[in-house]
Amino acid sequence: MSSIAMSGVKPRAGATDRSDSLRPLALAAPLLLLLAFSFGAPIVLLLSRAVYEPTIANALPHTIAALRNDSAGVPAEPVFRALADDLKTDQAAGAIYEFAKTLNTRLPGARSQVLRLARLAGQDPAPTREAMIKAAPLLGEDQGWTAIRSGSNRFTSFFLLSAFDLRWTDQGTIGTVPADQAVFTRVFGRTFLIATLVTLATLALAFPLAYVMTNVRPVIAGIVLVLVLLPFWTSILVRTAAWTVILQKYGLLNDLLLWLGMTSDRLELMYSRTGLVIAMTHIQLPFTLLPIYSVMRAVQTSQLRAAQSLGARPFTVFRRVYLPQVMPGVLAGCLLTFILCLGYYITPVLVGGASDQLISNFIANYVNVELNWEMAAALSFVLLASTLGLYVTMTRYLGLDLFKMG
Amino acid sequence: MLSPYPTTSERIRVAALWFWCVLVLIFLVVPIFVPVPLSFNSGSFFTFPLAGVSTRWYEVVLGTPRWRAAIGNSLLIGAGATVLATFLGTLTAIGLSDPKFPARRFVVPLLISPLIVPVVVTAVGTYLFYARLGLANTYAGIILAHTVLASPFVVVTVGASLSGFDRNLMRATSILGARPLTGFFRVMLPLILPGVLSGAAFAFVTSFDEVVVVQFLANAQQRTLPLEMFTGLREQLSPAITAAATLMMALSILLLIVANLLARRSRQAGLPAE
Repeated sequence: MSSIAMSGVKPRAGATDRSDSLRPLALAAPLLLLLAFSFGAPIVLLLSRAVYEPTIANALPHTIAALRNDSAGVPAEPVFRALADDLKTDQAAGAIYEFAKTLNTRLPGARSQVLRLARLAGQDPAPTREAMIKAAPLLGEDQGWTAIRSGSNRFTSFFLLSAFDLRWTDQGTIGTVPADQAVFTRVFGRTFLIATLVTLATLALAFPLAYVMTNVRPVIAGIVLVLVLLPFWTSILVRTAAWTVILQKYGLLNDLLLWLGMTSDRLELMYSRTGLVIAMTHIQLPFTLLPIYSVMRAVQTSQLRAAQSLGARPFTVFRRVYLPQVMPGVLAGCLLTFILCLGYYITPVLVGGASDQLISNFIANYVNVELNWEMAAALSFVLLASTLGLYVTMTRYLGLDLFKMG
Repeated sequence: MLSPYPTTSERIRVAALWFWCVLVLIFLVVPIFVPVPLSFNSGSFFTFPLAGVSTRWYEVVLGTPRWRAAIGNSLLIGAGATVLATFLGTLTAIGLSDPKFPARRFVVPLLISPLIVPVVVTAVGTYLFYARLGLANTYAGIILAHTVLASPFVVVTVGASLSGFDRNLMRATSILGARPLTGFFRVMLPLILPGVLSGAAFAFVTSFDEVVVVQFLANAQQRTLPLEMFTGLREQLSPAITAAATLMMALSILLLIVANLLARRSRQAGLPAE
């Protein structure tokens, strides 16, 4: 087969051809399988938690059956009897805590009421409708039953809607959540804002440097490239650690600003947005710079001279000849930095303040502190969709090769 | 950069450009070296000027059981992830270097996606999935997760050195009667070895620096050096952290300089003779 290909004869199509393309695939198969197992499956499982939530349906089978005849508002006596029945079973089966916790994610404050209700349901004779509403006031309100009705469906849009600060209203339409509960549009807005600020800052710093690097002797350009790569190779954690030292109230930056006379008082830079943007800009700078530099290096200076000798002024040369040629690199570098900024986690924790936490920090918090996997999954879904959408755009239209960078 | 007969305003513009670039370089480089002198401070504060020079913080990092255990874990996990990622990544790169590789347009972005997906999403998903399989809080689980994050670097570096590899050499070995494996070990591997080693160095540094996945997957016994630093930075700032940071930085930079020199050599060695 290979000797045929060597002598320039086209290989025959058919079975041999297919086995030829299977062999290289087989070499990649172990890694692809590992990625499917340890990367693909986890992400799919996580995202499924955003839309699949069977706990409530599993905990209240009789209540849900009884609710079919009672489609809106606070239902009548039979539904309450079925509820008491279900809660008694759940209490005995040990499923009550999971149910209480799950209901609480949709109905803040429901947890303690469910547990109180479950104790009441265990007594003989079974409690009346009035007694149950007295023990759990949420059962006397429409919103309590809206939550239970929506939980009867194992597939739910509740968490994905919540990620956009939306919810199903009692009338069955989609509306916004009350202003005091609306957090996520603000967090996403903040994440995009900080990503934009950092992207613009890195561009302002990187563009002139990359330009100068292409216009100096190769030895100097090489030295500058090493200076760019040194921080690039240092881990984000170490660089963030360095910034926590620099940004302290009695740290280097404040010393410098005082010495320059740019401020008369020491600034609070730690746990502030300014500090966060400075640190993120420092970390992202090489990511913006390297694609710009690699494109600028390919620009032929003879074209610029030609434009100039044809009478174009320097600014016209820059705008009409130079900029269009380096634009793909600029876009690629900026897009790369923007995408990576969306996923920042460590730096906001260590340098940012309470109001500078980005979307990743909220995801981690939902997992670590609130144990609300569904909300973490829904936020992950939105973050992942934004990131991958931009990544696909970048590879499709700009053909950026992430790894030709250093 | 200056035209042959520069005007005064052009001179000023170019001088301003240079000045700006020097500032940018200072901004880039100085911060990463700030922890270095502080790590030799004999006092317990983070401020200059130093109280005196001492190695007491290195004694803390290299001497106390907590930090030593963390360094041990980092080396163990890093070694495991490096071996796995280098092996799997090299195989994949060899497969990809074959022009007949199917659906390359989709496979390559897929292989690189662990670098693009926000690491918190990867970490949380992995934790959720591994908890069901009993792999959370195990060394094996952390090593597998780090292998995923490190493998793109190996695929790319080995792929780069293979791009200069003359495939006719492999045909020659098979014509001369060598079995594929013999051809690989005797001809291909020696030529791409610098690329493989450079990929391994990148893989090790990736695992050695990683903190988010470890934060979710590790229990108290599996804490790594970056995780110890991260918790230290969150809770109480001790100069021991500057010593740990200096050590981590020195190791990363050293390994990556070696990796880059190797990668450069491999690109030159793999080129077919003129």
